[in-house]
Parts: sequence; C-alpha cells; structure tokens
Amino acid sequence: MDQNLNLYLWLIPLLPFAGFLINGIFGRKFSKAVINAVAVGSVALSFLWVLRVVLALQGAEEAHIENYYTWIQSGAFKIGMDFSVDRLTQVWLLIVTGIGLLIHIYAVGYMAHEGGYYRFFAYMNLFMFFMLTLVLAANYLVLFVGWEGVGLCSYLLIGFYFDKKFATDAGNKAFIVNRIGDFSFSLAVFLIVVNFKTLNFHDVFAAAPGKDTGTLTVIALLLLGGACGKSAQFPLYVWLPDAMAGPTPVSALIHAATMVTAGVYMVARSHVIFEHAPIAMTVVAFIGLFTAVFAASIGLAQNDIKKVFAYSTVSQLGYMFLGEGVGAFSAGIWHVLTHAFFKALLFLGAGSVIHACSGEQDLRQMGGLRTKIPITFWTLVCAALAISGVPGTSGFFSKDAILVAAYHVSPWYYWIGTITAGMTAFYVWRAMFMAFWGAYRGHHEDHLHESPLSMTGPLMVLAFLSIAGGFLFKIPAFLEPLFGAEAPEDMTLVLVSSAAGVVGILIAYWMYVVSPTVPEAIAARFSRLYTLILNKYYVDEVYNATVVEPVIDGSTSVLWRGVDVGVIDGTVNGIGSQARGMGMILRMLQSGNIRNYATWVVFGSVLLIAAIAAGMTGGIR
Amino acid sequence: MTLLDIVILLPLAGFLVTLFIPRSNPSLVRTFTVAMALITFVVSLGLALGFNSDTAGLQFETNFVWIANPQINYHVGIDGISLWLIILSTFLTPICVMLSWRAVKERPKEFYAFLLLLEFGLVGVFAAFDLFLFYVFWEVCLIPMYFLIGIWGHDRRIYAAVKFFLYTMTGSVLMLVAIIYLYQRAGAGSFDYATILGAIQSGRATLTGAEQLWLFLAFFFAFAIKVPLFPLHTWLPDAHVEAPTAGSVMLASVMLKMGTYGLVRYCLPLFPNAARQCAPWIIPLAIIGIVYGALVAMVQPNMKKLVAYSSVSHLGFVVLGIFSFTQLGLDGAVYQMLNHGISTGALFVLVGFMYERRHSLEIVDYGGVATVAPWLSTIFLITTLASIGLPTLNNFIGEFLVLQGSAQVNILWTVFASLGVILSACYMLWLYQRVFYGKASEEVEHHMPDFSGREWACMVPLIIMMVWMGTYTQTFLTPVTKATARMLEQTTTSAPIRAQVLHQRALATRGPDPEGAPDEGVRPTISAISAGGSQHAR
Repeated sequence: MDQNLNLYLWLIPLLPFAGFLINGIFGRKFSKAVINAVAVGSVALSFLWVLRVVLALQGAEEAHIENYYTWIQSGAFKIGMDFSVDRLTQVWLLIVTGIGLLIHIYAVGYMAHEGGYYRFFAYMNLFMFFMLTLVLAANYLVLFVGWEGVGLCSYLLIGFYFDKKFATDAGNKAFIVNRIGDFSFSLAVFLIVVNFKTLNFHDVFAAAPGKDTGTLTVIALLLLGGACGKSAQFPLYVWLPDAMAGPTPVSALIHAATMVTAGVYMVARSHVIFEHAPIAMTVVAFIGLFTAVFAASIGLAQNDIKKVFAYSTVSQLGYMFLGEGVGAFSAGIWHVLTHAFFKALLFLGAGSVIHACSGEQDLRQMGGLRTKIPITFWTLVCAALAISGVPGTSGFFSKDAILVAAYHVSPWYYWIGTITAGMTAFYVWRAMFMAFWGAYRGHHEDHLHESPLSMTGPLMVLAFLSIAGGFLFKIPAFLEPLFGAEAPEDMTLVLVSSAAGVVGILIAYWMYVVSPTVPEAIAARFSRLYTLILNKYYVDEVYNATVVEPVIDGSTSVLWRGVDVGVIDGTVNGIGSQARGMGMILRMLQSGNIRNYATWVVFGSVLLIAAIAAGMTGGIR
Repeated sequence: MTLLDIVILLPLAGFLVTLFIPRSNPSLVRTFTVAMALITFVVSLGLALGFNSDTAGLQFETNFVWIANPQINYHVGIDGISLWLIILSTFLTPICVMLSWRAVKERPKEFYAFLLLLEFGLVGVFAAFDLFLFYVFWEVCLIPMYFLIGIWGHDRRIYAAVKFFLYTMTGSVLMLVAIIYLYQRAGAGSFDYATILGAIQSGRATLTGAEQLWLFLAFFFAFAIKVPLFPLHTWLPDAHVEAPTAGSVMLASVMLKMGTYGLVRYCLPLFPNAARQCAPWIIPLAIIGIVYGALVAMVQPNMKKLVAYSSVSHLGFVVLGIFSFTQLGLDGAVYQMLNHGISTGALFVLVGFMYERRHSLEIVDYGGVATVAPWLSTIFLITTLASIGLPTLNNFIGEFLVLQGSAQVNILWTVFASLGVILSACYMLWLYQRVFYGKASEEVEHHMPDFSGREWACMVPLIIMMVWMGTYTQTFLTPVTKATARMLEQTTTSAPIRAQVLHQRALATRGPDPEGAPDEGVRPTISAISAGGSQHAR
C-alpha cells in the first residue's frame, strides 16, 4: 500500500461536527429546510468520504494510520491524536454513516412537529462525530474520547424532552451506569500503560502475546466491564430499556444500531488481548449468553412496543458477545451489521406506528394496523423475519454463524442460544400480531395515517437490507485477515436453530391470533412468574435499595451531618469561642476606611519583620 | 526590571491608585480596575510568549537584597509551574472585576481595590523565590480575601471570614516558624530559597531525619489547610457560601492552588525524604478527600456548597498526583491545578449569575431554567461536563495523568480515586437536572433572563480555555513537564535521601517497603525517572 497516502480521515468525523456547530449555534434562527440541509448534508458528505476511503484502500489488509498531533506528552510518555483504518474500522464506518444517514432522513419526517428541532439535529450530528472518532481511533485514549462522547450524546438525547422528569431521570441513569462501566474501562487503560508503556493499538497488540496471561486476563476483564456498560450487558444493562424515553430515531440510531455496539467493537478491536486470556473469553461468552436469555425472558411480557424492542436489543447484543467469547469475532461483527439493519428498522417502524397512533406506545391500545399503514407493516414484517432468523434473511446468516461457532466450543451454549432464538421470534411476533392483527383497540381511529416518504423511504431501504444483507455483505470473508477463517457450516445445527425461530413465530400466531384467550390464562396460571417477569425481575428496585439509597442516606447523615458538621467542625468549634472573641476584635478593625486597612497591612508587616529581625540577632539559637 | 516584575507591580500600582479615586465615582473605579486587570493580563501573556520551554531553570529572574540583616532578597522568577499559575491569576482577575459590576453595590471602591491587592499577592506567591518574601506574599493574599468575605459576603459572613482566617493563620504561623528554623539551620545567612535549597541539596547543610520530618510537617500543615486536604477542609464550604462571587472564584481558582503549589515547590524539594516517608498516610487522606468530598457534594441542597465540596474532591486528585512521585502524577497535578481553576471558577461565576437573578443559592428554588435561558443552560452544561472530566475538555487530561501516575506506583490508589470520577457525574448531573430541567416555576420564568453581553464576555474566555486545555495540551504541558522532571530529579537524588539510602542499605535487614519505598525510587538517572517511576509498579 502507498505509504504516503493521505486520506484526510479527519474529515469523516469533522463534517458532522461542523454540522453540530452550525446548527447548535445558529439553528434557532434557521428555517427547518436549512437545518435539514446542514444536518443531513453533513452526514451525507461524511458517508461519501467513507466510501472514498474504502475505495482508496482497495481492501488493503494493513491498517492505514494518520498521525495528526501530540495530544498529551508527559516526560517520555506520549499520546497522539491519531486515526487508523483497517477492515474492521471500514465495516463500522459504513454502518455508522450509512445507517446514520438513513436515520437522519427519517428524523426529518418524524421530528417535523416537535419543539427543539435544531437542538435535536445538533445532538445527532454531535453523536456522529463522537461515534466516528470512536471507531477511527488509533489508540485507547482517543477511543475513550469517542466512548465518553457518545455517552454524552446519549444522555442529551434520552433527556431530549427535558421538561419530563422520567426522561431526564433516564438520561442521568444512562450516563451514570455508563460511568461505572467507564470506571472499569479506564482501569484497563491504566494497566495497559503500566504494562505496555503505550496506548497505541498497533504497539499494544504487537507486544500482547509476550505478556503473562494473568495480566492480560485482568486487562481483558476490565475492558469487558466497560463494554458491559456501553453495550448494555448484564449487570449494567439497566439503563437501556429506560433510554427509550428519547425520541424514536435516537432509539434506532444510538440505542440499537451504533452506540450500543461500541462495546462489541472495542472487544473485537482488543481481540489480541482477549485471545491470550482464555478465562476472559469464557467470561465474555458467559455474560453474552446469560444476557441474551435473561433479556429475552423479560421481553416476553412487555406491553410497550419500544420496551419490547429495547429488551430484544439487549438480548441480541448478548448474542454478539457470545460470538466474540467463543472466538467467532467476525460472526459477532456480522451480527452487528445485520442487527443494525433489522433493529434500526424495527425501531423506525415502531416510530412510524407510534406516529400513526398519535404517540401511543402501548401494544394493548393498537391492533388491526395491517391495512391502515401498509408500508410500515410490510417493512416491519421483513425486520421481524430477519430477527427471527428465518432462512434466507440477513439475521439467519449471522445468528447461525454465531451459534455454530458456539456449538464447537460448548454444545450447551448452542442449545441455550437456540432456545433464546425461539423466544426472540416469539416476542417480536407477539408484538407484530398485537399491533397489526385483530381489531383496532385504541382511540382516534380516524387519525391513523401512513407516514410521509421521508420516513417510509428509509424503512424500505432497511427492509431490503434486512432481507438481502446476508447475501450482500459477507463480513466473515472480509474480516478473515484479522480474525481468521470462521467455523465450518453444519447443516443440522442450522436447521435446528432456524426451526426454533419458526416455532416461536407459530406459537405467537396461535396465542395472539388464533386463540387470544391463551395468554391471559397462562399469565393467571403462572401468576408469580408472570409478575416477576413483568416487573423485570425487580433489578432496578434491588439496585436502588442496595446501592443508591444507602449511598445517599449515608452521605447525608453520616458523612455530612456526622463527620463534617459533627466531628470536624465540632472540634474546630473548641477554638470557636476564641474565634468569636477574635471576631469581635477584628470587627473593630473594619472601620470601612481603606487607609486604615492599608495602615494595618503595613503595620503588621513591619511588626513581623521587626520581630524576626530581633529573633535573628537575639537568641532563637 | 523584567517583565515579571512589571506583572507583579502593576496590580499593586493599580491598588494604590484606586485608593485615590474619589468615592463618589464608582464607575471610574470599575473602568480603571478592569483596564488595570486587563493590562496586567496582556502583559503576563508576554511571560508565556517569552518563555523558553527548553530549559527547566528559572526565567525572568530578578534577585537583589531587600533587607540586609537578616538577609531577605527580593528574588522572583518563574519556571513552567509558576508561569501558568501566574497567568491563571491574571486571567481570572479581569473576569472577577467584570462579573462584580452589578453584584457589588456597596463600597465598590474598596472592593475593587482589594481584588487588585489580592492579584498582587497571588502573583507574588507564585513568583517568589525567597522564603520570607514568599511568606509576605502569602499573608498579603490572606488579608484582602478576609475582607472580601467579611464585608461583601452573605448573612453569616463574619463567621465564615473568621473561620477562614483562623484556619489559614494557624497553618501560616507554623510555616513561619519552620521558615525561620530552616534559615538558621541552613547557615547560609539568607532567606533566599535557591541558596537554602542549594545548601541542603549539596549536603553543606544537613538536617537530621527528625528535623526534616518536623519541618516538612509544619510546611505541609500550612499547605494542607489551604488545599484543603481532608479533614482540614471545613472552612472551605462556609467561606464559599458566604463569599461574594468574585471572592469564591478567586478563592477556589487560585488561592487553593497556593497550597498545592507550596507542596510542589517547597515540600518536595526541601524535604524529599520526609515527603516520601509521609506519602503512605497523605495519599489515603487525598483519596478519602476525593470520595468523601464527592459524596458530601452529592447531598448538598445549596449550589455553592455543592461546588465547594466538589473542590475538596478535585483537589484530592492534585495531592494524589504530587505524592505519587511520578512524572505523570506531578504533571497531572499541576495541570489539574489549572483545570480546577478554570472549570470550578466558571461554575462559581455561573452560580453567581444565577444568584443575581433569583437571589437564592438553594437548588429547590430553581428548575426548568433550560426553557427560559437556553444559553445560560448550555454554557452551564459545558462547564459541568468539563468538571466531570469529559474527554476533549480540560479536567480529563489532569485526572487521566494523575490516575495514570498513581497506577504506576499502586493500582489500588487508582481504583479508589477513580470512584471519584463516577461520583462526580452523579452530583453534577443531578444538580444540573434539578436546576435546569423540568418545568419552570413562575419565579424562574420571570426572573431568569438569558446571558447579557457582559456575562458572555466573562464566560467565553473560560469556555475557550476548557476546550483548548482539553484538546491541545502541548501549549501548557510542555513547560510544565520540564519543570516537574527537574523537581522529581531533585527529590530523588538529593543528599539526605542518598544518606538515608546508604543508612538503610547498611541496616539491610528488613525487606523492601510495601509502598513506594525510597530505596527503590533512587535511580539517579533522568531516564529512569521520566519512564514514569514505573519501576515501582509490581
């Protein structure tokens, strides 16, 4: 490859950043058309530049690195503001700018009637900037810039409707839970510097095979902790369902297609470290698998259409970690890509449904929408087929690649994964049947309307990709230079797991279309279990009771009123009475006449100097 | 006369001239003070432009005998550490003058005069290289601040001012005793810092271990109160809550740095042995301060108190960095001093603006400000983000370097200190939510106009600094890292340490110290030190 190639990689993130600045500063005075042009245009240009970079690199196997300037230098330790592109980055750049562009276009229609229009697009562009910085980073600290930055945008966009307390609460929760993950990530960064003396990916990964397994395991587990926060894995997944308080395009872009996959990206980027830490790999697989089945079980009983899809996101992210944990990195990343297609579509479709129903999100208030909003319906069918892993759809390819690889490591990974696939198909189609079949159960039936072209257009593109994405993008082959060849196909396993998906769809059809009394009967029969699942296993309540409240109560009564006011100031107040006496004297000095003060200053200094002079000549000695 | 002398003397001249401006003309006082402060700032920029980053030695040096017997020199000069702290002082003073235009209605003449006197003291503290001169400037700072709090403060101002004065004075007196003792023992017949330091480092003057320890403790105590280090911090919340905005800003941004600067400038080079010996209990105090300050900040109902306790937390990072005895830790500590000056200063400025509108510091009296004052909210958000260490803004760099430095010595310190980073997000975002989000009450709706031009003028420079210091650190870090490298070298290879090491080797019965043992730290080559003391890591 041409060593002197300059691809101006910085343009990729800085174009949306310029959009953010323009709309953020002047947006209030702009018309919607100008805001759209800036916001969508900047992302479109960025997408085009990504295409140019991908074409220019011609599938090069080595990373293309661009060094811009020294960001931090302390003694001999140096961190550069550097970007790098290899094949892994290319995949992510295309997902982020491609899907990002579609969602920006969609949002033009979706947000048309919302207040704070310019603010919304400014935040979205800022998100693109940080997300692109994250994937372009050539070292862990620049990656961390993007990592925290996307968290900030997530916070801002979750709390977009900032006069609603539940929205700002959800924003705070997202930021703080992510900070807990970042705590772990930053410790990993510190340990990497201690052990490798650098944070550059290239140098760290070159040296990693020579380090001892214990160190690498600790680093890998700490990195995983960061990934669990950002990618909503157990036990830090709690923020993602609440994050649905943000506008729906945000849920699609940030909380389904891109930001939440940052953890998957970071683990894949650090694959050299993970591959030399077998225990950490097992933990990755384990957490992924557990999260997948755990979140899927919660998804079974949710009635808010966005919550259903949110738990399914948590669950699907679990699949991706399972793939990485069993060493099938490229399969995990393939699933990131296909998931970006069908999950973005599910959310955007849900947005279109909510739009049609005048803001209603409760599945029990929908029904019979099949004929009212046909484009939304048919595109959602494509997404639902894909997430169920129906053969031929994009989800089929990536999910089976993960499950087959998992089988080769441990068969029971495969079986639990397959059961989860069945559950996934069930609850996604449950939502589909509740929304689109039967009779309409909500209000304002005359209001129901199909969304404008700016919304349905992206839906149709994503529907096409959800179905055909598996054929079009053979990610494992593309990433082979990085991660090696994937596990061989196994038709029996593929058939069984696909069948699980189909069975899930059929059960949902039977329960919600053929004999709709069954769900209630089951809920009544297993009422304890049903309540437990409906309340999401009370995890939020447990966290509140064991962490949040003790910390706040302890800080108030023990630390502040106890230690600070009681013990320390109590001791100081031993001198307090004298202080008051001195205060009286000093108050007399406050004549308000500045010359008096100046005199005192001079007098005091002279006195001190005289005293010391006397001391010197006299007898301190 | 060097440029530095001019920077020191300009505020003093301003102070003196202000005294002669007629009381009946407050707008002339304001105009004159702001002009004076701006001129001082511009001149001080010359220090940065003329600064040679290739050497670690003193620059813009002036040294002549001020008092012959005992010999006290007017010895001033700057290295990379002093440089930025001086510019921080001259940068913030004009902002403090501007932000007080509306807030200070009583006795404006004295108020602005005191601000200039304070600036004079602060610049002097950071420039002084004579121990006695340093002490004089140290006390000069104390007086105007005492009056700023005591005259222009809020309801409990006298209590707060006296508490501030007593706390600080207690430490100062001990330091004065230590300075005089040191003068005697050094036997150089001069208070000149370079002379005394030279005598000690060359071994011409030797302090016994006990002497070193006691002298270190005396200096340390004075500085620790000023920082303030847990548990000596309780004067700070009171002083901040009662002080007028300009007082809070100068206090938090610059005066607290007198303490941390003192630790770096005096405690480490003069008593490296004692400093290392005491690090095992100082560092836990710093870490307790980080976590404790954050936890107590979280539950404060008063905005200024919240920011005050957050300072205790942030300054804990500085102390941790200093006593990690690593290049990264020291650089981070110095950087964090500047960062805290900018971002916490900005927070106090903003809280002051809000107080001018709503006449309350209680969080419950706000809510929904974002709907009525979007720009105020945006700027406050950026400042909040800087304060909680968002990468690309300033605090992140300092915290990263400090935590990285401490990780090289003991990863457990870093683990506990990093909790402060999580907690900072908790208390700041919770504050932000309660003040700016939600629905605006009637009072907020009618009394919360957005930024005025004057307020923009105060905040824009601060925001620019947050971004600049977060994205392009070379400007600031290059001079600093030179100075700290030299300082580390001094603390590692000074004579007393060598003596002690020999002594310990002779004993050689016990195993290596568990934490940051001095005998391991002694690698008298710069390369070993600049590798970041990673040899300590185990």
